[in-house]
Amino acid sequence: MDVLYFAWVRERIGLPREKIETDAATVSDLVDELRTREERYAAAFADLSALRVALDQELADFDAPLQGVREVAFFPPMTGG
Amino acid sequence: MRVQVHEDDFDPASELDGFGQGADTGAVVTFTGIVRNNEHGSLRAMEIEHYPAMTRTALHRIASQAQARWSLNDVLVIHRHGRLEPGARIMMVATAARHRGDAFQAAEFLMDYLKSRAPFWKKEITDQGADWVAARTEDEDALTRW
Repeated sequence: MDVLYFAWVRERIGLPREKIETDAATVSDLVDELRTREERYAAAFADLSALRVALDQELADFDAPLQGVREVAFFPPMTGG
Repeated sequence: MRVQVHEDDFDPASELDGFGQGADTGAVVTFTGIVRNNEHGSLRAMEIEHYPAMTRTALHRIASQAQARWSLNDVLVIHRHGRLEPGARIMMVATAARHRGDAFQAAEFLMDYLKSRAPFWKKEITDQGADWVAARTEDEDALTRW
């Protein structure tokens, strides 16, 4: 699946998007997997309360299932307007 | 309903030309958001990042919710992204309705939702460096009034 990062999440991880092969069942499982990869991921995902997630461009919860999802995006709370 | 997301500036007057036109429209409310300098006057620019694949859908949804909730003859949402200097227009909403109550309330609703539910992120570039603007709890709390 495609995993996208925005704003400081993108800066902390150092890339805007990447393809990830995963068997993670939920967003939380995917986050746990990413955290173990490298320090920069652990730093970006240190505090989930500071993050939001969208699955296929729809806001979702961290316990949402990933089955059938093509695009996961992680970002801080939005600041539009 | 019209939703526009782009880097270029826009002209509020020409955007409103013909907006909500019809015998039934008695009120048009517009709001334009401007890049404000900080209290020290040290803001060089605001960089606005967005999630292109999601932005348009999210804005359409917010505008549709406003239409479902109030009796509106037209809705316009424009949001810019990219690098904007102090004084630049960032965004605009306009609502047209039979009566002003619906137009005002729907415009406020649109603004509240654009703040916290549209995938934009602001970064302030100042003389001291660059910082992401943190979401304010007041903005999140504002959604509960709807």
